[in-house]
Amino acid sequence: MTAVELSYWQQTVFRVLGVLVAVILPAGGFVYVFLFKMMSFMQSRLGPMEAGPYGSMQLLAEVGKFLQKEDIVPEKADRRLFFLAPYIVLASTFLLLVVMPFGPDAYFTNLDTGIFLAMGLSSISVIGILIAGWASASKYALIGGLRAAGQLIAYELPMVLAVVGVVIQAGTLNLQGIVTAQHSGEIFGFGGIGNPFIITQLVGFFVFLTATQAELTQTPFDMPVAESEIVTGYITEYSGLRFLLFFIGEFATAGAFAAIAATLFLGGWAVPFVDLDDDIMNIAGPLVLFGKMMLVGFLIFWVRFTFPRFREDQLQAFAWKFLIPISLVNILATMVLKVAF
Amino acid sequence: MTGTLTEAQQLAYANAQAADGRVNVDLETDEGMTLNMGPQHPATHGTLRVIAKLDGEQVVSADVMCGYMHRGYEKLCEVRSYPQINTLVNRIDWLGSFANEVPFILAAEQLMGVEAPPRAMWIRTLFFELSRIANLSLFIGDLALQLGAQTPAFYAFRDREFVLNQIESVTGGRFHPNFDRIGGLKDDLPKGWIADTKAAMSRLRAYCDEMEDLVYGNEIFQTRTRGIGIIPAGVAQSYGLSGANLRGSGVDWDLRRDANIGLAYDQLDWKVWTHPDGDSFSRSWVRLQEVREATKMVDQLCDGMPAGPIMAKVPRIIKVPEGEAYVVTENPLGQMGYYLVSKGDTGPFRVKIRTASFNNISVVPWVLRGVYVPDIIAILASLYFILGDIDK
Repeated sequence: MTAVELSYWQQTVFRVLGVLVAVILPAGGFVYVFLFKMMSFMQSRLGPMEAGPYGSMQLLAEVGKFLQKEDIVPEKADRRLFFLAPYIVLASTFLLLVVMPFGPDAYFTNLDTGIFLAMGLSSISVIGILIAGWASASKYALIGGLRAAGQLIAYELPMVLAVVGVVIQAGTLNLQGIVTAQHSGEIFGFGGIGNPFIITQLVGFFVFLTATQAELTQTPFDMPVAESEIVTGYITEYSGLRFLLFFIGEFATAGAFAAIAATLFLGGWAVPFVDLDDDIMNIAGPLVLFGKMMLVGFLIFWVRFTFPRFREDQLQAFAWKFLIPISLVNILATMVLKVAF
Repeated sequence: MTGTLTEAQQLAYANAQAADGRVNVDLETDEGMTLNMGPQHPATHGTLRVIAKLDGEQVVSADVMCGYMHRGYEKLCEVRSYPQINTLVNRIDWLGSFANEVPFILAAEQLMGVEAPPRAMWIRTLFFELSRIANLSLFIGDLALQLGAQTPAFYAFRDREFVLNQIESVTGGRFHPNFDRIGGLKDDLPKGWIADTKAAMSRLRAYCDEMEDLVYGNEIFQTRTRGIGIIPAGVAQSYGLSGANLRGSGVDWDLRRDANIGLAYDQLDWKVWTHPDGDSFSRSWVRLQEVREATKMVDQLCDGMPAGPIMAKVPRIIKVPEGEAYVVTENPLGQMGYYLVSKGDTGPFRVKIRTASFNNISVVPWVLRGVYVPDIIAILASLYFILGDIDK
């Protein structure tokens, strides 16, 4: 990549476009592949088939529909906060992507505290959700917002603790460093395929995925948007474009968390037997990462379409009495083994 | 508008307005928070309204309001002839329509002194059980949907098709067969129907096994339903609960076995399932077992079907002699009865319909005290009501 030198404004344009692509593409892919098609096939139906070949243009149709809808604001809503909330949720998703590496030189920033920043940024969305719940001036939205806040804060902890195991094993907070550590790692002296941390951090992987499920407020942790009780929780009063923003936010966050999980546990953009500094990886890397994201996304949505939902207190008990203890044990075991080997 | 109303109607209208007003004032001024669910709400299968006073997420007291879908069937019955009423009552419990016709026809037959031929009685029993399967198999999927699992609902609709197809191929109607006649049935079974039905029943048994794995065996489902919404046997009886809600509380009472009403149940080998716990899980579990039991009963009914006519001799214009009759049967939702008063006309003088869901939801305020908001949904779903069956 040394052959091409870009000026600052050119880099900026590329990066803005890159973030947009990195957010919109997985979000759209997840909605189409999982929400439209996989869910339909699991439920013995075909899903959208009319718009475009195999229903592939359905997404555009949906976006068009939402843009046409009337933008309704409840009479007693706090208008300014009501308008602000979806952007805060979406912003936290966009910022998550900033630290993601997609190839040896394909990244937005290469921070030494990458994963630390990502974990911190991901919790900004709580504020947006709480604002949405409060500003809607609706009881369903308020209950949904409070439930969401309690749940997201509770599940932040097991998620961070699951990441700590990986960080200890990789010896760095830098996401690029974690990818390198997995590519060049060895499992008890066998270094053929590197060491994707899913093998040694299996417990961490499952804790992380469970916490992801809760952070995304997806079944079985979809108490905040439980449509059979509180309509759709904090999104109840939103319609049109603002609902679309929440919707994109939900699936883009699913994409972002899937990308983090793929980077932390599945080796990120790297492929075994291919040199890390190979220029081809700047092109192939994003595709590899996207493939791994789809794998993680498959797991997330498989669970979503299968399970019923927890009750609020059961959900909290699951986080505090089960996930956090086992992730602490996981950290302890990782530390002992790291020192021993 | 008011000019055309009589004084009594005006008074009734004013009373209704005042009642609505009181509820709305309650909504605004009470201490704590009042959560209004319905009449438009995703979880009430129609227009049931639950008003819950909350302390945080805990229900302090809850009230249930119904009547938003009142269609006045009892009154409509008075101005229709007997065959027309048959069409009307199909719409009471719309998921198991044929079962609504049977007690009404039996009551009319009882008054007329007509007895349907054995083959007609067997086919009635067969369709009674088919509508039970059509109704309760959907319940299982709906319960899972209320608890947040989307997929089982689609499986329920998928496999319910097999039953609906069988009903349709005989009666011509998928939801509202209108197949029962005073003195017998509209038609005989078509050729090859028995074999198709048995294939459908084995498919339904596979569906029950699948649901037992997917829904009832799920740990989250169990934590959401076990120990939630417990109705002790005494309370269940005093509120007039019936059907699986009563048997889920451990009361061994089933009118198919306990009442002699002429249907073919006494010639079948079957079992009444009960569950001692009385919680949401036991009610749902009893329904699952009832679907299984019903598939076995349909198999036996297909095998032992007697030959013969399907219609007794009845006059062309049906006039029911003067008298009163009350016939009650064990419908998919519970006990359903028709109290029929005739003055010798082509239509009844008065019809009182006792539907199961109306009594079943009367226990809701009692059972909702002290539960959490999510449990409201689990309990309502496990009590299983159909709005048409409540409001009539």
